[in-house]
Amino acid sequence: MYLGPDDEKIFNGEEGEIREKMIKLLVNLGEIYGADKLIPIGSAQVSGISYKSIGDPGMEFLEDVADKGAKVRVLTYINPAGMDLENWRELGFSEDFAVHQMRIIDAFRRMGMVITATCTPYLSGNVPRFREHVAWAESSAISFINSVIGARTNREGGPSALAASIIGKTPNYGLHLEENRRAEVVVDVERELKESDWGALGYLVGKMVKNKIPYFRGIKNARVDELKALGAAMAASGAVALYHVEGITPEAHLQSIDGLERITVTDSDLEKAYETLNTGKEPDIVIFGCPHASIEEINTVAKAVEGKRLKKPLWICTSRAMKEVANRMGYTQTIEKAGGKIVADTCMVVSPIEELGFKTTAVNSGKAACYLPGFCKQNVVFKSVDELIGMVVE
Amino acid sequence: MMAGKEMKGRVIYFPPELEEVEGEAIVSRTPLSFYGGIDAKSGIVIERGHELEGKNVKDRILVFPNGKGSTVGSYVIYGLKKNGFAPKAIINKETETIVATGAILAGIPCVDKIDTEEIREGQRIKVMKDGTVYSTR
Repeated sequence: MYLGPDDEKIFNGEEGEIREKMIKLLVNLGEIYGADKLIPIGSAQVSGISYKSIGDPGMEFLEDVADKGAKVRVLTYINPAGMDLENWRELGFSEDFAVHQMRIIDAFRRMGMVITATCTPYLSGNVPRFREHVAWAESSAISFINSVIGARTNREGGPSALAASIIGKTPNYGLHLEENRRAEVVVDVERELKESDWGALGYLVGKMVKNKIPYFRGIKNARVDELKALGAAMAASGAVALYHVEGITPEAHLQSIDGLERITVTDSDLEKAYETLNTGKEPDIVIFGCPHASIEEINTVAKAVEGKRLKKPLWICTSRAMKEVANRMGYTQTIEKAGGKIVADTCMVVSPIEELGFKTTAVNSGKAACYLPGFCKQNVVFKSVDELIGMVVE
Repeated sequence: MMAGKEMKGRVIYFPPELEEVEGEAIVSRTPLSFYGGIDAKSGIVIERGHELEGKNVKDRILVFPNGKGSTVGSYVIYGLKKNGFAPKAIINKETETIVATGAILAGIPCVDKIDTEEIREGQRIKVMKDGTVYSTR
């Protein structure tokens, strides 16, 4: 792998131990995957933030890196934490969990990362441009920026995204290269998709195509929130980092689909996906916002619960930035009046909800429906927003 | 030079200050998960039912086909080193990113593309800077 003179200096330890270690990580990973060089990145996004996910080993590693003076070189956001960083006590998180979580957050802050704690950085101030190289680690955000924006990132892990952030570069391989961004499977969608259907479709296709690049046909229109849900579910049930939608995503017209494998998704396929994902019946809690809710999604829930009374807890997970706007718009107040909450900085997948006494969680997200049984020992009810709210109003 | 087998592997990481490391093999025939599999504060394998359960990896040449499980495993490898319970080297059939990342961050010699079936528990193993692995008979 070619290293420029500046890279060599870091590699030889001239800029300190931690930068040497970080560039070695990038170079070694690059060599494993056949990269020719390191390329500059426009931004980074780091995963492995929740104390529930990384535990003491992760916390101690990150504190070590921060103690040694490592600083980010590019705009860097972090993934959701294991709890709301401000209202954790009120939501029932334990003191012990909170203390450890805040040590992790403090380490990231000392490195110069932006403490947004969101899986949708592109909704709150970290947006790459078309064809910009970046190093992101949140699977749903990777899928979104590769596919909907046409930026370029591999599926980074927590440490490799951290190293990229501290060096300001990433190894040039995989989805950074034009030739690896080509469609590999054609997916014909035969149903007009509504609401949670996008997550159901994503769940189904991710399972079928695994880490291949699907090319969707038959989707006439798609809102950003819908593409966010589709990509998130495909990245969870499979390892899809990039997809194309004919007539909608920016690199779709560059694809040649002759001779590719074809899959057709029918009405009944989607109904079966709902059946598979619905492992529970009566929800103990309803949680929206996986990936983190946009302001429009918060508004949708606010409208649906306005003037009603909820008999079960309802959370909307979002970024702190969106919550601020929801407060200003009065959405938060409407939702709280009905008995729900807007929870910022965290999400149901990375927070210890099983320890809060919930056994069955209702969601409108294909990604959440896919992860909750394993990560949080939850039974799942997977339906649209209106259907779910219908289940829990008095 | 030790009498025995010579195998040529690929270097994932080798600390620049070392030329070679030598130690006794601890061998797993099945994949190993570091997160939830090995206790970073003792070096003991804690995965229930794993063939190495209860054994300690400290100062041994840890041999297994490939890693598995959570990406947090990288941090566990780092923790083992920091706490003084790290293996002297890691030898794999195929080093995936979790183990590669952990070995690099921790500074533990790591070599792959080695037929791990050829190494027995308790054998004396030498790992060279160029990725050559020697085992005694």
